[in-house]
Amino acid sequence: MSKYDIVIVGGGPAGLAAAISARKAGVQKILILERDHELGGILNQCIHNGFGLHTFKEELTGPEYAYRYMKQVYDEKIEYKLNTMVMNISNDRVVTAMNREDGMFEIEAGAVILAMGCRERPRGALNIPGYRPAGIFSAGTAQRLVNMEGYMPGREVVILGSGDIGLIMARRMTLEGAKVKVVAELMPYSGGLKRNIVQCLDDFGIPLKLSHTIIDIEGKDHISAVTIAEVGPDRKPVSGTEERYTCDTLLLSCGLIPENELSRGAGVEMNPVTSGPIVDESLETSIPGVFACGNVLHVHDLVDFVSEEADRAGKNAAKFVDGGCKAEKSKEVIELKAEGGARYTVPSTIDVSKMDDLLTVRFRVGAVYKDAFVNVYVDDNRVMHIKKRIMAPGEMEQVILQKSKLEAAGNIKKITIKVEEE
Amino acid sequence: MTELRELTCIGCPMGCQLHVEIEDGVVKNVTGNTCATGDVYARKEVTNPTRIVTSTVVIKNGDKPRLSVKTESDVPKKAIFKVMDEINHVVVEAPTEIGDTIIENVADTGVSVVATRNIGKR
Repeated sequence: MSKYDIVIVGGGPAGLAAAISARKAGVQKILILERDHELGGILNQCIHNGFGLHTFKEELTGPEYAYRYMKQVYDEKIEYKLNTMVMNISNDRVVTAMNREDGMFEIEAGAVILAMGCRERPRGALNIPGYRPAGIFSAGTAQRLVNMEGYMPGREVVILGSGDIGLIMARRMTLEGAKVKVVAELMPYSGGLKRNIVQCLDDFGIPLKLSHTIIDIEGKDHISAVTIAEVGPDRKPVSGTEERYTCDTLLLSCGLIPENELSRGAGVEMNPVTSGPIVDESLETSIPGVFACGNVLHVHDLVDFVSEEADRAGKNAAKFVDGGCKAEKSKEVIELKAEGGARYTVPSTIDVSKMDDLLTVRFRVGAVYKDAFVNVYVDDNRVMHIKKRIMAPGEMEQVILQKSKLEAAGNIKKITIKVEEE
Repeated sequence: MTELRELTCIGCPMGCQLHVEIEDGVVKNVTGNTCATGDVYARKEVTNPTRIVTSTVVIKNGDKPRLSVKTESDVPKKAIFKVMDEINHVVVEAPTEIGDTIIENVADTGVSVVATRNIGKR
C-alpha cells in the first residue's frame, strides 16, 4: 500500500487550494485524486466572468480562475491522478480508488481532505408530474454541453428554478440563438444573485415568474411543452393560473446538494441542514484527520470563499500531519448554534485553544429579512449586534469571532447566532 | 423631453427599484436608491450600459472541442449580438494560451476577444 501525508479527494477549486496551502505549510507527499480528465472541476464549464473579485481583485472567467490554482499545483510539483474514482475512505484513512492504469489501489493517508463538491438536484427529486421525455437537463449539464462539448440542447427553452446556473444558462442559450421563454421559480424570491437576474434575464427581456412551478410536462419521446402555474403560500398550484409554453428543452436549476457518499461511507457525522459533514474550527470532521472544504461541506455562492475555506483546511491538515497524525481530544468544546432565522453554522464547534486569532463563521438565513440584526450570544450574553439592511437565502452570511474575546470570557458552553428584529 | 426609466440596482442583494429621469439624454434625477451605489449605477446604466461578453469558438486539432473566450474589457450592451456573430464565425487552430488574441477590434468596438483557456494540440 502506498503512503501519502495528505490525500485530497477532488481536484476542483477546493481541492486545488487545499493542496497548495498544505504544500506551503511544508507537507511533502500530497496526492490529489480527480475523477475527470482534467483539474479545475466545475470552473472549466463556467466560462462567464465574475470570479475572483475577492481573491485576485479582478474579474476572471471560471477557466482563468481555475488555472491560477492549477499553475501553482504544477509549479509546486504536487502529485495528482486524473480519471481516478475514489471508491471508499475508511475510518482509519485508507483511501481506495481505481483508474485504468493502476486498477484498484489503496493509499494510506496521514490526513484526508474531502473536496468532492456538489451535484444538482435532479428531476427525480422534484416531483414534477407528466411524461419523462428527452430534452430535460439540469442547468449544469446543459452548461457543460454548450460550453465544453459544443452542443446546443435545444432552441426553445423553459427554465425551472432561478439558481445562478439557471440564470447564467438563460443568457448563454440566448446568446447562442435559443429563445428562452420563461424562468419559473417556486419561491417568492429568487435563489440567484441580483446581478445575474439583471444581466442574464432583464438584459434579454426574459420573464422571471416568482411563486410559479411546472405542473405538467408534455411529449412522449421528446419534450414538446410544459404547463406552469402560480403557487399559493402553501406552494400548491392555484387553479386557473395555468399557462402552457411550447418548448424543446427544459432546464432545471433547483438547488445543489453536497456529494457526500464517501463521507457517509467513512462514518463522518453529517449535518442534516447542509447535507455536509459536521466540522470543528479546524474544518476537521468527526473522524480525526479527515477534513472537509468547499461545496462538499456546504454550498457556496462564490468560489472565492471556497478557496479561502480550502486554504484553511489545507493548513489544518498540515498541522495534523506535523503532529504525527494523532487524534487530539479537545478539552473545552464550545457548541455553535443557529437559531431564529439562521439555518446552520459552519463550523459547528470551536475549541478555543485550536482556533486562529480570527475565525470566520458562515451561515445562511431561511427567508428574506430586511432591516434585521445578526446577534451573537456567548451563553446568554449578547456580544455582537450587527444591523443588516438585507439578508436572503441566496447570499451566505458570516460573522468573525475573536479568539482573545472568547479566551477572556472563559468556560463558554455555547455560542448562538440568531437573526432577530432587534 | 423627459424620459423615465426603471432599473433594478445590482449593487447588493437589496435590488432597489431605481427611477431615472432623463432629459435630452442627460440624467436629471435618480430616485428609489437607498445608497450612493444606486445613483452611480443608474447614471452609467442609462447613458452607457456595457457588458463583458463570454462565449466559445471552434478549435481545430485541439485536445478539447471548444475554446472559451471573452471580450478583454466591456463592450456596449447594444453590440452584444454583433460580437456574438463574429465569435460564431471564428475557427482557431490549437494550441492556445490564456490571453491570446482571437479577434481584434471585434464588431468595431475597439475591444479584442481573447482566449480564457490553455488548449493543447491533440
